[in-house]
Amino acid sequence: MAILEVKGLKKSFGGVQVLKGVDLTLEKGQALSIIGSSGSGKTTLLRCLNFLETPDAGELYVNGQELWGPACAQPVRQRRLHFGLVFQNFNLFPQYTALGNVTLAMDLLAKERLDRAGARQAAAENREKAAALLTRVGLADKLDHYPYQLSGGQQQRVAIARALALQPDILCFDEPTSALDPELTGEVLRVIKGLKSTDTTMIVVTHEMEFARNVSDRVIFMADGVIEEEGAPEQLFAHPASEKTRAFLASSLHPVL
Amino acid sequence: MSFWDVTLELLKGFETTALIFAGTLAAALPLGLLVCFGSICRFWPLRWLTRLFIWVIRGTPLMLQVIVVFYVPGLAFGMPVENRVAAVLVAFIINYAAYFSEIYRGGIEGIPQGQWEAGQVLGMTRGQIFRRVVLLQVVKRILAPMSNEVITLVKDTSLARVIAVGEVIRAAQDITAQRALLWPLFYTGVFYLVFNGGLTLLFGWAEKKLNYYRG
Repeated sequence: MAILEVKGLKKSFGGVQVLKGVDLTLEKGQALSIIGSSGSGKTTLLRCLNFLETPDAGELYVNGQELWGPACAQPVRQRRLHFGLVFQNFNLFPQYTALGNVTLAMDLLAKERLDRAGARQAAAENREKAAALLTRVGLADKLDHYPYQLSGGQQQRVAIARALALQPDILCFDEPTSALDPELTGEVLRVIKGLKSTDTTMIVVTHEMEFARNVSDRVIFMADGVIEEEGAPEQLFAHPASEKTRAFLASSLHPVL
Repeated sequence: MSFWDVTLELLKGFETTALIFAGTLAAALPLGLLVCFGSICRFWPLRWLTRLFIWVIRGTPLMLQVIVVFYVPGLAFGMPVENRVAAVLVAFIINYAAYFSEIYRGGIEGIPQGQWEAGQVLGMTRGQIFRRVVLLQVVKRILAPMSNEVITLVKDTSLARVIAVGEVIRAAQDITAQRALLWPLFYTGVFYLVFNGGLTLLFGWAEKKLNYYRG
């Protein structure tokens, strides 16, 4: 069964229809890249998946469980936890250390689920888990640093660890390197690439064509609020079927100078 | 009347000054937050009503508000206010809650939307995000305008004199009237200065404390 299934997703802002019916399925362990020019609806799609926007129409299933629609009674907070989101501009909490950023939500969840003693024990375990995650993204020596003491690339890696901490079914990235200096994009993309495994499912909205081509299992090209074309990266990049895809790739891969 | 006697007499007056100050601060700080929530509420009638309230309170002199609170219950409802300090406190608390609420609003609205969204995608409730993420950032941002407002409050307590509450300036005027001495009146300035000096140090300390992070 597909881990994620989206059917007929529509979303308008004011009078402008940004998503005009998006259908999408994703298998567990797949890495999906979404490319397309600004305004094509990529980010809105991601924000809908994370319940930051409420779609006007459509259905959403994760592991076969319906997350939108009349049959869904689960509170939005719980539904959100199926997804993780890494933002373009990190959105770390400035008053918490790298470690604190990762543990905050974990500790709050533990507090709600357990009694006081259990929560205290969970907090100790959460610190361990968070330290391990930060080590995994190459920040073992920055646990006690505050965001302002970290470079953009390091901040984004903290944000990735923070999103991983809640073990979402699907981890989403919204142009994770767009706010970074060019020399820092590599370290973040390498970390994302390193996350690829059979049980990590990822959706990456990106402008990094090389990344989309070399790292993802599938690529979606979005244009004007619909999925214009999708396929394996080799196929989509080498033999785009749609005229729009061809034009977009031509301008993205060979910027006019 | 010796310098020492005058000092003791004025200190007695300053007790009332400090009481009005502390009482107003203790009540208006939380009440202001409540007013602030009203003024940014998504339910428009409440928002509209709150902003009307803020407009009226900020648009009229505090001295007039003190007079209204003190006299209107007696004139309109036949229930004269017995306790003058209480009347002053009520007027001050309402007035300062309105001012504080605007400072809070500026602080809260200045927090980037991304902070709320980051908390939301991590499954935090709005209350959790406010308390654990936003609040401290707001406190840090509003410390400077708050210190301004708090110091203004210290000096505004002198308005209590308008309904004959015996705060420090009133105490000095009494001495002037009874002993024909003018200098105690000027001397009250020292009391304000010392008190505000202490507050300035306190705010400086708090600002330093919150400097452990940036952003």
